[in-house]
Amino acid sequence: MKNIKYLLLRRVTQITLLVLYFGANAYGWHILEGTFGSSLLFGIIPLADPYTTLQVLATGFVLGADVLLGALIITLFYFVVGGRAFCSWVCPINMVTDLANWLRRKLNLDKEEVNYRFIKRRARYWIMVLGLIVSAIVGVAAFEVLSPITIMQRGIIFGFGAGIAVIVAIFLFDLFGVKNGWCGHLCPLGASYSLIGKASFIRVDHDHEACTNCMKCKVVCPENHVLYMVNKESIMVTDGECTNCGRCIDVCDDDALRFSIRSFIKK
Amino acid sequence: MANSGNNRRKFMATTLQSVGLTALGGLLWSGYSDEVKASPLVLRPPGALPEEDFLKACIKCGLCAEACQNRESNIDRDTGKARPGTLQMAKGGDHRMIGTPFFIPTDVPCYMCEDIPCVPVCPSGALDMPSLLNEKEELEINKARMGLAVVHKESCIAFWGIQCDACYRACPLLDEAITLEYQKNERTGKHAFLLPIVHSDVCTGCGLCEKACVTEKPAIFVLPIEHSTGRAGSHYVKGWDIKDQERVKDAEEIKTKNVRSEKEAADYLNVEVEY
Repeated sequence: MKNIKYLLLRRVTQITLLVLYFGANAYGWHILEGTFGSSLLFGIIPLADPYTTLQVLATGFVLGADVLLGALIITLFYFVVGGRAFCSWVCPINMVTDLANWLRRKLNLDKEEVNYRFIKRRARYWIMVLGLIVSAIVGVAAFEVLSPITIMQRGIIFGFGAGIAVIVAIFLFDLFGVKNGWCGHLCPLGASYSLIGKASFIRVDHDHEACTNCMKCKVVCPENHVLYMVNKESIMVTDGECTNCGRCIDVCDDDALRFSIRSFIKK
Repeated sequence: MANSGNNRRKFMATTLQSVGLTALGGLLWSGYSDEVKASPLVLRPPGALPEEDFLKACIKCGLCAEACQNRESNIDRDTGKARPGTLQMAKGGDHRMIGTPFFIPTDVPCYMCEDIPCVPVCPSGALDMPSLLNEKEELEINKARMGLAVVHKESCIAFWGIQCDACYRACPLLDEAITLEYQKNERTGKHAFLLPIVHSDVCTGCGLCEKACVTEKPAIFVLPIEHSTGRAGSHYVKGWDIKDQERVKDAEEIKTKNVRSEKEAADYLNVEVEY
């Protein structure tokens, strides 16, 4: 049980959120309505995705105050809990790419020779900026036109249609193409949350005295460059690309990793 | 030295590559986004901004569709359960901008709820509430202009002389948005045509007429205003209308100078048209 604690918690969170969103449409619940683009919590608190909001602003449209306030609330929330906690605890695509990743390991596709590393991890930041430029040129929130995240979420709430193809494409890309291809290399939404969460308080802490260098954490980590300190230094994972998914903590048999509150006071 | 030259070359190549790939991606992405924007015949919820602005503004949250689906008036009288809502969220394959709300009158028309549940929930302003407020600052659905009903008289059986007033009776603005025009049926000599005439200053585009139409493919149907209206232009003036005359009170004569104006009118009017 120990080595799936955070995995289970994450799945429960992700599925609970989707059930609440689904119920808002199907049964008229007023707990969490809308989609990740913009939602309404308890029928009163507006929430909005910061990157989506920026795209709409880039088109030149002056957005309603509800969306702006909602984007501020979400930005502040993830500023505290770790920006990419959205990616691993909320985003439904995470379940798809985690499945692809797990299958990769089972099918031994992780060997270097079958992993096409033709995309750099920093590509997502370029795509994020490009998305804003394209939004401004074309006059429509550009990433929202093809975002598999909201396509999947709307699919669950309103029905998939042909949109399911995008989800399958992401799955195949991550399974047979690039390891962590979508979430770790391309997704501009993840990139935006990486920036938001750069200075977040909740972080993974490493104790190198306890570490036995088994490298299990690096095998499961979807962004394993953030774990550069493992068995080297006892410091926190401060890279904004860490998704705070807690898989490394789950698989560690030596209690060398744990969640901790980041202190900004120099010791 | 040689090494730094090598580094510089590598740096230049990588920069060039990044810029090139970004430009390629940007062009493909722009092209795709621009294409998916072009879904002309789509009916939007009440109060929607003009299509171009609507596509900028809509954040694709679905709150309007959820409000439509879960409104109190959407209970099926027979089963007591909620019916499918009017507003659908465009999915892949719908050939409309993905994630935006729209409706198809022959599936479910807009029932023009008095409290307009779909509009106040819009967080972005894509559904413009002020456009639906009357002088008393109350929501008034009759101000909605979702589209305009158009009659195809060749397939409308009322124009054949068969008595049918299905659209007229289905219209929520009975005898205002659609009126019946009586005309003598010369073929029989003793019957009347009851012809449905749509009035664009009243019609909201709700689509109840299209849903009610009895023909195999509706002879009355709603099109977006942009696609169902013409425009006379400012140079036609109603000479019999004092107010319209005002527009040309200070007009000055404009002499057009082009190839044709060099000849007398009689010269060019008597020449056949060149194709």
